[in-house]
Amino acid sequence: MVLGPSNIAGKIETSFLIVVSACVVLLVAVTVTMLVFLYRYNRKRHPVPGETRENIPLEIIWTVIPTILVIFMFYFGWVDFDYIRNPPKDAMNVDVISRQWSWTFRYKNGKQSDTLRVPVGQPVKLTLTSEDVLHCLFIPAYRVKEDCVPGLKTHLWFTANEAGTYNIFCTEYCGLEHSHMISKLITMSAAEFSAWYQSKPEAKAGQKGLDLLQSKGCLGCHTTDGTPKVGPTFKGLYERKVTVSTQGKERTIVADEEYLKRAVLDPGSDVVKGFPNIMPKMPVSEDELKEIVNYIETLK
Amino acid sequence: MENNAADYENSFYQEKGRYNGVLSWLMSTDHKRIGIQYLAAILTFFSIGVMLGLLVRLSLIAPGKILSQNTYNQVFSVHGILMIFLFIIPGVPVAFGNFFLPIMIGARDVAFPRLNRLTWWLYLAGAALVALSLFTSGGPPDTGWTFYAPYSIRAQANITLAVTGVFVLGFSSILTGLNFVTTIHRLRAPGMTWFKLPLFVWTLYATGWVQMLATPVLAITLVFIILGRVFGVGFFDPSRGGDPILYEHLFWTYSHPAVYIMVLPAMGIISEVIPVFARKKIFGYKAVAYSALGIASVGYFVWGHHMFTSGMSDTARIIFSFITFLVAVPSGIKIFNWVATLYKGSIMPNAPLYFALSFIFLFSIGGLTGLIIGSLAPNLHLHGTYFIVAHFHYVMFGGAGFAILTALHYWFPKMFGKMYPEKPAKVGWFILFIGFNLLYFSMFILGYRGMPRRYFDYPPEYFNLHLISTIGSWILAIGLLVILVNLLRALFRGTQAPSDPWGGKTLEWKIASPPPAENFHEIPEIK
Repeated sequence: MVLGPSNIAGKIETSFLIVVSACVVLLVAVTVTMLVFLYRYNRKRHPVPGETRENIPLEIIWTVIPTILVIFMFYFGWVDFDYIRNPPKDAMNVDVISRQWSWTFRYKNGKQSDTLRVPVGQPVKLTLTSEDVLHCLFIPAYRVKEDCVPGLKTHLWFTANEAGTYNIFCTEYCGLEHSHMISKLITMSAAEFSAWYQSKPEAKAGQKGLDLLQSKGCLGCHTTDGTPKVGPTFKGLYERKVTVSTQGKERTIVADEEYLKRAVLDPGSDVVKGFPNIMPKMPVSEDELKEIVNYIETLK
Repeated sequence: MENNAADYENSFYQEKGRYNGVLSWLMSTDHKRIGIQYLAAILTFFSIGVMLGLLVRLSLIAPGKILSQNTYNQVFSVHGILMIFLFIIPGVPVAFGNFFLPIMIGARDVAFPRLNRLTWWLYLAGAALVALSLFTSGGPPDTGWTFYAPYSIRAQANITLAVTGVFVLGFSSILTGLNFVTTIHRLRAPGMTWFKLPLFVWTLYATGWVQMLATPVLAITLVFIILGRVFGVGFFDPSRGGDPILYEHLFWTYSHPAVYIMVLPAMGIISEVIPVFARKKIFGYKAVAYSALGIASVGYFVWGHHMFTSGMSDTARIIFSFITFLVAVPSGIKIFNWVATLYKGSIMPNAPLYFALSFIFLFSIGGLTGLIIGSLAPNLHLHGTYFIVAHFHYVMFGGAGFAILTALHYWFPKMFGKMYPEKPAKVGWFILFIGFNLLYFSMFILGYRGMPRRYFDYPPEYFNLHLISTIGSWILAIGLLVILVNLLRALFRGTQAPSDPWGGKTLEWKIASPPPAENFHEIPEIK
């Protein structure tokens, strides 16, 4: 039994190693036999081909033995599958919302984050869904993944064995920024986690707006430091003149409060020149919208 | 052989029919002319596909420096679409099947020669539509060759046109399957009983059934995509009562059996070549023939192993995993019988045998890693990573691709009437084999370490293996170039090939090289 950074990782690694070993033995057996025959029965050493007859018992043997072997391999892939797929009743649930191209992790008390934080030793169940196309949440270190399907709730679960920071990848191709749809899993002691979990966002000017941009995944496509990504950057955007396309016609407008609100609620109405019209509509409340605009104003 | 050749009419290259020039090819119903045209077409698309593949590999060692993110996504998608739908699915049956199936069963042509010509036109039309989708508004598809919904419904690229092209190609494939199955049933020479059929014919027979039964599912799936894009019908859109997982089921219901369309006839080639160069009859003829039918029939029921992390029910995952393990057994039987054929043989190590034996090695790696990802628990880790990319390139390229190279070297003298020099062929094989394993074996390790597929960019810890893989791709390309140049040179400067250069026992070696237009002066009687 291999131990890993999570309970699931060790189990999957064990079954992987068993199946791989069986495959290596088979490959070596076939290849070595082939090479020995190739050498031994080369025309130079064996000019006249010998007589071999059809051999029914042999055919039966190399049908039956591989069948038994593959059923064993199936068994080792399956033996822990029930455990891997079925979270215990006391697992802490985290909702995972995926979209092109960011992740939101939503906890039971309403706390939201774009990184996944969990306590060590506590079973965690992720309930996954998507707002647009297929995505797939993959934690390589934990050896688990599951697709995020729009209109469906899928799940996976794990218990972290140790504190650390791990990659979270999207492994279902989802368009332009697929390879940048990366987040982190941060595992920490129960005490640290509960401190983070209970904390209220600080009341620094605009901090709430930044938190919102983060938790809603806006920063997957928009930066706050001036570099353009899939969408325009927020830095210096407030009250700047921008060229947009409105229903196919170009015009220049000022990015004021009214425009910014419209750009969040109905992103297709005015599309900034040079950027694709792909931003999804975001469900945001009036208050949240205000915080976001206030924050963008501070980036002037 | 000179005096023998005089007994025959002109070779099929001289027999032009009613038309001249290009039309003497395009309008021909001669299975050999159609086969040669298909061969030229699939090798052209293969070459373009290789170049796109090299471009993908190049971009991966310097993300953003060579290709933009969007271009990268288009290039890997078009690489997949060309290689799968225009090269490897039509592949062996349309080129070598067309040329050799009638000859091997002692017939003058296929059962429906005009239908055969129609498949070639459909293939050209499908290819033209796919090509058109690359250069018209919207731009090349960026969905990957799998066209997964709902992304393929929403994406702004030229997906409707590309999908229509693939739809037309599907019809070409169905009609080829129908034609071959009918030919094998109806046109076998007197005395050519089922268990005297060459094994290549057996695999074409099994493949023909898969083409007929599985391809219509692809056709309807693609129509659903078109309806979704053009008319907004929501078969795969949850907000309109559809289901994205339905798309995956439909797509893989075809595309898994399609793997056997690619690999079964490839196995048929290996079953022809190994006995000839070992100077032996194939060991376990009936087992090899039945295993082809076994693969073709069980192969319909394993598509779900592409969906172990899709959100499909756990029970379905367990059942599909179990059947997946069973379908490995007949492939194993073939491998054991090929190796046993070498036993007590008198082996002539000619170029075709090099390719055939490396097929066994590479295909074994492809097949055995298939067991690893067919296992439920390991699949959760390896699915959607480079491990999958490595696995299917070992099966598709190491398997079907190497079989096509085997067939090219084995049947080249027959098809073109010319011999090629052996040495450059073996040198090319060696370079290719080294490059291939560097290129794709590194991907197994990348995948095991968690590198997701279809990534334009990646964290720095994966760089070294990506670099090795890309260097492998250059070596592989040199190998392919040596092989190709050698054959092309032989086409013009090769020495005249005798009718049976390898000592083959099947019927194609009993007629002149290249064959006369009518194949046989008199239909042979098999004793």
